[in-house]
Amino acid sequence: MYSLRALRHFVLDSIGHIFQGNRYYFAWVGFLLVLIAAGAAAYLGQLRDGLIVTHMRDQVSWGFYIGNFTFLVGVAAAAIMLVIPAYVYDWEPIREITILGEVLAISALVMCLCFVMVDIGRPDRFWHIMPLVGRLNFPTSLLAWDVIVLNIYLLLNWFVVTYLLYCGYTKRHYVKAIVLPLVLFSIPMAVSIHSVTAFLFNGLAARPFWNSAILAPRFLASAFCSGPAILLVLLQILRKVTNLKIKDEAIFKVAELMAYTMGFTLFLTMAEVFKEFYSNTEHLVYTKYLWFGLQGHHTLVPYAWGSVACGLAAFLLLLIPRTRHNWVGLNIGCVLIYASVYIEKGMGLIIPGLTPDPLGEIYVYTPSATEILVAAGIFGIGFLVFTLMLKVAVPIMLGELTVTPGQPAP
Amino acid sequence: MKTATLKSRRRFLGGAAATMAGAMATLTGCGRNEVEAFLQHNFRELSKDELRQVVARLEQDAKRKYGKEVRIGTEPAQQGVVFGYALDLSRCIGCRRCAKACVKENNPSRDPQIEWIRVLQLNKDEGVDVSHADPYYNPEEVPQEGHFYMPVQCHQCRNAPCTKVCPVGATWQEPDGIVVVDYNWCIGCRYCMAACPYGARRFNWGEPAIKAEDINPVTHYLGNRPRPKGVVEKCTFCIQRTRKGLYPACVEICPTGSRKFGNLADPKSEIRYILENKRVFIFKEDLNTKPKFFYFYGV
Repeated sequence: MYSLRALRHFVLDSIGHIFQGNRYYFAWVGFLLVLIAAGAAAYLGQLRDGLIVTHMRDQVSWGFYIGNFTFLVGVAAAAIMLVIPAYVYDWEPIREITILGEVLAISALVMCLCFVMVDIGRPDRFWHIMPLVGRLNFPTSLLAWDVIVLNIYLLLNWFVVTYLLYCGYTKRHYVKAIVLPLVLFSIPMAVSIHSVTAFLFNGLAARPFWNSAILAPRFLASAFCSGPAILLVLLQILRKVTNLKIKDEAIFKVAELMAYTMGFTLFLTMAEVFKEFYSNTEHLVYTKYLWFGLQGHHTLVPYAWGSVACGLAAFLLLLIPRTRHNWVGLNIGCVLIYASVYIEKGMGLIIPGLTPDPLGEIYVYTPSATEILVAAGIFGIGFLVFTLMLKVAVPIMLGELTVTPGQPAP
Repeated sequence: MKTATLKSRRRFLGGAAATMAGAMATLTGCGRNEVEAFLQHNFRELSKDELRQVVARLEQDAKRKYGKEVRIGTEPAQQGVVFGYALDLSRCIGCRRCAKACVKENNPSRDPQIEWIRVLQLNKDEGVDVSHADPYYNPEEVPQEGHFYMPVQCHQCRNAPCTKVCPVGATWQEPDGIVVVDYNWCIGCRYCMAACPYGARRFNWGEPAIKAEDINPVTHYLGNRPRPKGVVEKCTFCIQRTRKGLYPACVEICPTGSRKFGNLADPKSEIRYILENKRVFIFKEDLNTKPKFFYFYGV
């Protein structure tokens, strides 16, 4: 009976806490709500007129939405990079970061699901894809796999975070027999969400640009640098605006790991480029379109080189101890990594995979205003989920928000 | 055993859905037709009774939208028939009459414009190399010197990458080999379009618009019935014609006799003769899609 009452208090206190804060907090939440409203308005237009308000067409049938989806699956997967050392090695300074990482994973997954929803032509038929009620084409369709693993991963992260926070709130130590197996299970799950997303593209023989065996390794490598890059910046902000203590040592350690994965990402990119150019088959056109342009169309060229330049600069900044241990150097490195991977997944993966189309036509795709507004709205939703979850999580981690005084101690 | 339980489960859900439809219509204030459309199941799971109701509702909807009586047939595949197609590259002159006849027959949206057949103009000295293809050629006269023409449409693959990837089973291969789409089950994710190596699938990016006088009222559920916004469509070898023993519209119109169509399961058919005696070419053969659409050189 006690635990039910405690759970009720936990939920009520959490909700109550969301509505308390200084004016910066409310300004930030207000800004996100405006962003969400703008996205919702744009999406209503899309619902009314159809996906014709995007710049996707039969030749390039996936675009900005699926690019963002792919990038964010990577961000969600990256949470494990922080979970592995924290739990397996019981590595003290990084434990708080793990909770934050999982909150980030949840926010990223919410955004992923939103991006899928806005990309489909018939969101009203959403139930067709639900197991049991609809007709999920499992195990044949990789998209069916993706639906399953993304939802399991979302539930898993949500449960672990909620449980850990609930324990913090009730001042009890979490039961290791519950947490450890789930955290260990989340490691292969994280690898699988990004692998399955890579296989979704990888399995299409019709698209030689994606039909490469190192696509999944590339996805994982790039995710393991971009996910933590976002987190390191957020951690420093949180350190400033709350009483959360995060040791420099932990941040530098993660930054060092990011440098190695960024280096590996660049190596894999180079391996892909070498294979395409040296073998020089008819499949070279897609890689050529991305890096040098084709038949006078050069839209993607600055993105491709910009992504590599950012990645290379970030790799060096985070690899060299002097710049890594310098806050300016570290933060520039993080922003550059984020930019590099975002460009690579957003514009550099989806579009050259579909251009030229299977009959050789080049349709130059750039996202429309609707696509950008809707995407901004979805990022607004993601940041709002992240903000509200942290609003509750941080004081619990700090021991400031606990079971109401006067309640019997557990 | 597995399919039996699946079927009984779906029948139960279907029954529940029917009662729910009435309740939901009252609760939400939507029309009963809309609620029924929302709850409608995959074509392959509909019982004969359900299918009759669905067809009646869709015919009503079509009449309301286009102001014309449309009949939606549900003729099944004929026993012992597997349709095959062969196109003579040495005869085709690139006049695009096939593409136009297809539009007239199959009720694709006129605005935004959708065409199922794309005719490529290729250079004779490059051969079949799509990186030199021009689908937008528009000279005074065809054929143009130094060029040949290659119409591309759905290849009705036996090893179809598009049906494999569909997350909801909204597209499949019928017993007569035609790859079809259930326009009322497709969720519009366009994974099939990414998977198709022939660029054969089209998406209804906007609300399809066709003038009443342009509507072909003789349709098939899995073929040329009017489509809603936000779903994928494609060539069905004119399923509404071929299941009744007629030729596809593109075969009938072709002025040079480049297009041949028949039953692959019949050893005496013309299509079998062509495959056994002519120089046949399979587009993107290395992908192992095993098309039932072949190109050949007749002369």
